[in-house]
Amino acid sequence: MKVTKDQALALYRMLQIIRQSEEGLARQYAAGFIHGACHTYVGEEAIATGVCAHLDYNDAIFSTHRGHGHALAKGVSPRELFAELYGRETGVSHGRGGSMHLFKPEVGMMGTSGIVAPCILQATGAGYSFKLRGVPHVGAAFFGDGASNNGAFHEGLNLAAIYQLPVVFVCENNQFATEIAFSYATRNTDVWKKAENYGMPGVCVDGNDVLAVHAAAGEAVERARSGGGPTLIEAKTYRTRPHSEGMRDGGYRSLEEIEAWKKRDPIKILTQKLMIENIVPQSELDAIAEEIRLVVEDAAEFAKNSPYPDGATALQHVYAEA
Amino acid sequence: MREITYTAAAREALAERMAVDPTIFVVGEGIGPRGGNFGTTLGLYEKYGAMRLADTPISERGFVGMCCGAAMTGARPVVDFMMVDFILDAFGEIFNQVAKMQYMSSGRLKMPLLIRGCIGIGGSAATHHSGSYLPQFSNIPGLRVVIPTTPYDAKGLMKTALTCNDPVLFLEHKNLMATKGPVPEPEEDYYIPFGQARIAREGKDVTVVALTLMVRKTLEAAEALAKEGVSVEVIDPRTVSPLDTDTILESVKKTGRLLVIDESFQPCGIGAEIAAQIMDKGFDELDAPVRRMNGGFTPTPYSPSLEAAIVPNPKTIAQAIRDLIKE
Repeated sequence: MKVTKDQALALYRMLQIIRQSEEGLARQYAAGFIHGACHTYVGEEAIATGVCAHLDYNDAIFSTHRGHGHALAKGVSPRELFAELYGRETGVSHGRGGSMHLFKPEVGMMGTSGIVAPCILQATGAGYSFKLRGVPHVGAAFFGDGASNNGAFHEGLNLAAIYQLPVVFVCENNQFATEIAFSYATRNTDVWKKAENYGMPGVCVDGNDVLAVHAAAGEAVERARSGGGPTLIEAKTYRTRPHSEGMRDGGYRSLEEIEAWKKRDPIKILTQKLMIENIVPQSELDAIAEEIRLVVEDAAEFAKNSPYPDGATALQHVYAEA
Repeated sequence: MREITYTAAAREALAERMAVDPTIFVVGEGIGPRGGNFGTTLGLYEKYGAMRLADTPISERGFVGMCCGAAMTGARPVVDFMMVDFILDAFGEIFNQVAKMQYMSSGRLKMPLLIRGCIGIGGSAATHHSGSYLPQFSNIPGLRVVIPTTPYDAKGLMKTALTCNDPVLFLEHKNLMATKGPVPEPEEDYYIPFGQARIAREGKDVTVVALTLMVRKTLEAAEALAKEGVSVEVIDPRTVSPLDTDTILESVKKTGRLLVIDESFQPCGIGAEIAAQIMDKGFDELDAPVRRMNGGFTPTPYSPSLEAAIVPNPKTIAQAIRDLIKE
């Protein structure tokens, strides 16, 4: 264990925020409060949590369609997240984005996306901007295994490598692009090994073990910040809910497989480690979980009571205001 | 006033802005020590170095997406595309990311990104080095599309583009790049606003709106027609997004006749847009149907005889004007 008690508690808290927010959103989706798509991050929480623990608001992250966890870990509040998915004015993108366009540049949350893989290029660009301006910030891209088969993966990693940019590429390999198995979509399922093609370090971690992610990300972020260039991290993981809420989740994977991965729940794994090493008493963890339960309840209530944006403003922000 | 080329004028604007704005950097294939295929960055690498004049791999989508991210995080990138046809490899990044970013972020992000490239048919460049794609680019909310035709405008519009917080496509016709024209001394810091057309020639019988190189071709035709007693007003919109239809409408109130000449494709094109807007706002001003003249709806052929056959020239333009006058 290389983290302090405070760090461990912070990681645990964020895992709970993401998990409970996602489960709350899934319930609200079923209840009809969410208007569009809702791709949850349940099972993958350790990755955003472990990586973003090393980033501050000046660092810029670029995310995917499965980006609620990244937004929360980077500093978007559950209230802003829920309200956005409810399509409300108080949402983080003021109702213009929804689940797949969560933006809060003030905290370095540079967007989730409905297109797979451009986040890789944009994080590279943030790295370029930071290097050009001589500031010690880092760009990070989160993307799935599906994105690693897209041309943007090749182009982005190559550009980041040739310019030696402060970027961390985080591939969340949950083994399916919607329902297409990664083992079908590529003959080399070890994404981290592809780093070598671009002349950058590649590492593989257990994406369900937040401490492992935290350690690997710490090295990569430090390398980027100190001028050592980009790193590719592959975090092997699994989403335990369907691709998107409301979708069936059968035919392409077995219930046994899902159940096996549920046993590797990131929250359970962290809890066990903390117990074994006697770092935190269970009661303290339970108190955190209960506190977050109230936060998420409040977020849903806040969203429900927030107004919809005025239709008369629908054409605002197409262009910058003079 | 001194006379310099169109390319030198645009380059001067870039150099002047780079000197005062350290967040500007240029990327492209051969824009470093080589100074750009068309000399767009000549001499700048020596002054500003590799980080601000970054040669790129042949990775169009990659470097546009990269510049999108850089623009989101405090830099002002310039993407020099050499040939605009190469932009199509990055079209998703431009349409889905660059142009939509301000809206998606509800105005909290700005997109100070300039994308430039050479357009136009000529010199047997054939179909992968000849496109203009103005209808496609002008149909993207969030994007500014700038088409200077004179060195004066190239500099003034480039200055505006490099201080604008919207993404700008700056399209330079290959047959305009070496043309010379009067440009004020560098000390005179002037900017030309977007959405303000220029009356390139005053006239009273017919209004011709011409785009990019077609402005020059139309001016030649107008000169010939003047000898026949036909007075042609030539309007250069300077930007097609935004499009200054007020200036066009004012002219049509005077002439009652309108012809739009655009080298790019006719269907769903700029001519169709202008015709619709003028009919909507000034139907009673028109004494004849609005006419359009375009490049052929075809990939661009190589052979000089084929190439010449698909582009309007001063003779065919003059004839189209004569036909319109008779209506």
